[in-house]
Amino acid sequence: MPITDQEIRELQQHAKQLRKDSIDVTFWAGGAHIGGALSMVEIMILLYYKYLHIDPNNPEMPERDRFILSKGHAGVGFASLLARRGYFDFELLKDFNKFNSPFGMHLDGNKVKGADVSTGSLGHGLSMAVGMALGARVKGRSWRTYCLLGDGECNEGSVWEAAMAAAHYKTTNLITFVDRNRFCVDGPTEKVMGIEPFADKWRAFGFIVKEVDGHSFAALSQAIEEAQAETKAPVVIIAHTVKGKGVAFMENEVGWHYGGLDSDKIIEAKRSIETAVIG
Amino acid sequence: MAVGLTWNVYDANTMTQAEIYGKVLCTLGEENDNIVGLSADLAKSTKIGEFAAKFPERFFNAGIAEQNMFGMAAGLAKTGLIPFVSTMAVFTTMRAAEQVRTDICYQNLNVKIIATHGGISFGQAGTTHQCTEDIAITRAMANMTVIVPADGIECANAVRACVDRPGPVYIRIGRGFEPNCYTTDAYGFEIGKAVEMNPGTDITLICCGITVLQAMEAARILEKSAGISVRVINMHTIKPLDGDIIRKAIAETRRIVTFEDHNIYGGLGSAVAEVVAEFGKSCAFARVGIPDCFSLVGYPEDLYCHYKLDADGIVEKVKEVMGKDFEDDDNWEDGF
Repeated sequence: MPITDQEIRELQQHAKQLRKDSIDVTFWAGGAHIGGALSMVEIMILLYYKYLHIDPNNPEMPERDRFILSKGHAGVGFASLLARRGYFDFELLKDFNKFNSPFGMHLDGNKVKGADVSTGSLGHGLSMAVGMALGARVKGRSWRTYCLLGDGECNEGSVWEAAMAAAHYKTTNLITFVDRNRFCVDGPTEKVMGIEPFADKWRAFGFIVKEVDGHSFAALSQAIEEAQAETKAPVVIIAHTVKGKGVAFMENEVGWHYGGLDSDKIIEAKRSIETAVIG
Repeated sequence: MAVGLTWNVYDANTMTQAEIYGKVLCTLGEENDNIVGLSADLAKSTKIGEFAAKFPERFFNAGIAEQNMFGMAAGLAKTGLIPFVSTMAVFTTMRAAEQVRTDICYQNLNVKIIATHGGISFGQAGTTHQCTEDIAITRAMANMTVIVPADGIECANAVRACVDRPGPVYIRIGRGFEPNCYTTDAYGFEIGKAVEMNPGTDITLICCGITVLQAMEAARILEKSAGISVRVINMHTIKPLDGDIIRKAIAETRRIVTFEDHNIYGGLGSAVAEVVAEFGKSCAFARVGIPDCFSLVGYPEDLYCHYKLDADGIVEKVKEVMGKDFEDDDNWEDGF
């Protein structure tokens, strides 16, 4: 169902909360991959508050939609979202990265409720997502699998092995996103290892490509609904985003791929989030 | 575990391990709708193709893309299915090592890996297709069970048993027409419990895979020609290892030699050495395998002869170890 203005206003509030939560958890964790956690916020909020068929009170519900955060290093944002969505108490995240905590930098699916799989090593998520999509087909189930990749991650050859398989097996019950924030650890993706022409690559591998503003709920929403209705080939939504989005001093700053925050920076970051108009 | 096999056990004499695996998997596929199969353009040579022909909707060829195949297997397992994945040992444990370790073992998923062409069983193909490292690699992966069946009949038993064992299982088989050790499948196969193939009191040979039959033949020769009483143990499960049978052998025979189609580092010999060292009772001990080199090219029977993994080589090694001195009392005054 097309997104309404009222929904967008509500999602914007959730997005603001997730950005602030990610800042807090980054502080508790002693540092985190905050840049990429902030760039994916609108995609994650839209999925978890509008599109995913899930029940946080019944995380293993067999008919639930599956979600794989293939860019697993953004775990600090994913964990914050799962907490606010009701899978567990947000306060538990104060132990993030601490001794024997269920919450480490890259979420462990066997320990964190709501995380369908364990990710962290790049280039693994899409293969598992294709497997899940095929699993649904074998079992005759109608749930969907959603997978979010990083753009730098697409340097990994295994991503393209998985893409080939998704197209070959026509897994239209799988919807893939790429958070195209244009940065990896060592710098801009196009300087480190160029992936352009990116959309053409996905098309050549047999995908239907939708390129959208990854911070626009309306644009993302339209793309997701078109992808859900697609029956000819799997869809990838290339979401053009800004790394560090919402925190002015982090935006497009490669140094904020991973970083820690002191109390002054936290205040500054939250002030920035409060005043930013996104979505 | 379901009782009985639908294929005739006598057929095993004319079938390879992989062929038997293919047949058993078909039977299991009939019994259990949750079993799915995957291969990476090796459905024919791994013999999972028989399953593919019978259950096309439950078989996925990943093409020549092993990393993706093991990732897909993890995803399939996450939906409650039981993937059986088959490709060569070398591509399983090295090309796709991280997917096997991180996607499958870390998540403790119910994926059953039947890796073919283990060791130097595909010797003529050269180092790129040989695999003398896989036991060491899979043994170091937490949650993984590692099985090296002695022959096709044991392979059938292992494949059946692994369905009922939750979590990842690695079953390593060969390629060629390895002759059988067993004449029946009803010898009490149990994962993690080694089998004494021949009783003996002078020395114990601990083997897995193709060396089991060779050791049994060597035991007969040694008994007859030299009066040496040789115990032969089929250590079909490398992990979890049957430590009890090893400790019993140390106490009762005081001489242990391991034989395996694998690098001497990290495989069966190393696993047994760990038990020997931790047991604290001295014994003569030796490991025989591929001596930390890449194997020569050749047909397996010639290579097994060259690396002393055939009956004659084993006889020779046993005679050597029979003459080996070891500290058999608590008197350390006499030095090393």
